[in-house]
Amino acid sequence: MPDMIVDGRALHVAEGTTVAAALALAGDGTTRTSVAGQRRAPLCGMGICQECRVTINGRRRLACQTLCQNDMHVQTRP
Amino acid sequence: MNEYADLLIIGAGPAGMSAALAAAPSGARIVVLDDNPLSGGQIWRDGPQASLPKQARQLRERLHACANIRHHPGTRVIACPGHKQLLVEDADRGWLIDYDKLILCTGARELLLPFPGWTLPGVTGAGGLQALIKGGLPVQGERVVIAGSGPLLLASAATAKHNGAQVVRIAEQASLAAVAGFALQLPRWPGKLVQSLYLFDRQYRTDTHVVAALGSDRLEGVRLSQQGTIVELDCDRLACGFGLIPNVQLGQALGCEVTGSALAVDAWQATSLADHYAAGECTGFGGSELALVEGEIAGLAAVGETSAAEQLWPRRARWQGFARALNGAFRLDPKLKALAQADTLVCRCEDVPYAAIAGHRDWREAKLASRCGMGACQGRVCGGALQYLFDWQPSPPRPPFSPARIETFLCVDETPPA
Repeated sequence: MPDMIVDGRALHVAEGTTVAAALALAGDGTTRTSVAGQRRAPLCGMGICQECRVTINGRRRLACQTLCQNDMHVQTRP
Repeated sequence: MNEYADLLIIGAGPAGMSAALAAAPSGARIVVLDDNPLSGGQIWRDGPQASLPKQARQLRERLHACANIRHHPGTRVIACPGHKQLLVEDADRGWLIDYDKLILCTGARELLLPFPGWTLPGVTGAGGLQALIKGGLPVQGERVVIAGSGPLLLASAATAKHNGAQVVRIAEQASLAAVAGFALQLPRWPGKLVQSLYLFDRQYRTDTHVVAALGSDRLEGVRLSQQGTIVELDCDRLACGFGLIPNVQLGQALGCEVTGSALAVDAWQATSLADHYAAGECTGFGGSELALVEGEIAGLAAVGETSAAEQLWPRRARWQGFARALNGAFRLDPKLKALAQADTLVCRCEDVPYAAIAGHRDWREAKLASRCGMGACQGRVCGGALQYLFDWQPSPPRPPFSPARIETFLCVDETPPA
């Protein structure tokens, strides 16, 4: 059962949960801010649209294709 | 560091798994890549809120039990730097894979069409919502509208309901006559008939399509055109997908011929490029049964087992019939081309509105003038939409096919600088 931090907030999720789902469990589910300043959330759910890109432990990853792991630090805002 | 495969398979969905298992008895060194964390593709996506069919679990167990099949999950193809060579990347590293034969099982993605409000958080694809729920997205008690076209709408609704959502409407753009005509053909494929009876929902409406997603910072409701009448429904989520489009980009970049919008293959599932095969949804939408048999034929053909492959042709023909019936019934109504307004964003990566794109002659001209299709998704979303809206053929992608780390590119040339 992974323990992680999402935008500064501690979270405990079920094994196999995606980071996209964890963001919805921890807050409003949004993942990034668009070029024009809109908040966006996962769209395609399958690694195509890149709307769900977030920073995980300093690296850019797709939230919908990344499974939660212990000690992950996820950031959705720069 | 680098790797060699007699047979490299891109995609571990039904087609890719079936291809690998068909080719495995030859003893070939097989490598299977997939950008998802687990095998199974979209249809058999596993997760804390998913229940996998027995067939999927068995295929997965068999795949992992084969000593000559190596599976790299969470791995994307970044470039094709040399002849029969791919540059790939996972969460930790990049590396090169040289191969003798390749099978593309890159699947399909949803056709997502722009409409006012579609960028609001709360709006997803139809299959997109299903995938997110399987991965643990909580929808308990939420009001969900599902819209677009095709049988995926019912499958997505079933997953949402199973996880506690209230599905307030399923809006199918096709006419009642088209859907009923398709349903009447289902007894030809009894398994599909049973599946459709199980999936039927009383909120299902034909001749109904989304007009706008409503809300300011987040989705609050949806405006639908329901059999000619405008209706508004309050909802927490809108899942909207207009069918599936084949993922042909990698095949195109390698030089495989594309017909219509799918990779062209012959009876052996061979593409126009020698030693390169393709199977499953990237050769045209047909469902998992067709993908399984196509994958098996491709896997056998790739290791020279042509007579065994030939025996599978009748089974493939049977499921190709189902695919034809399906694709005919859910043809998109041209009025969906008018959903986007002048200020509706079409390219979500670069925030390019419809007005900045319409009026150009082709995809290339629109890209150069507006930056549409030049963001992180590399036109996978707006390119598909614009192909439908204006009949623009997206150009073959150039590497990197996906955002990648600089260290990954350093794998291509290991010669130290002079």
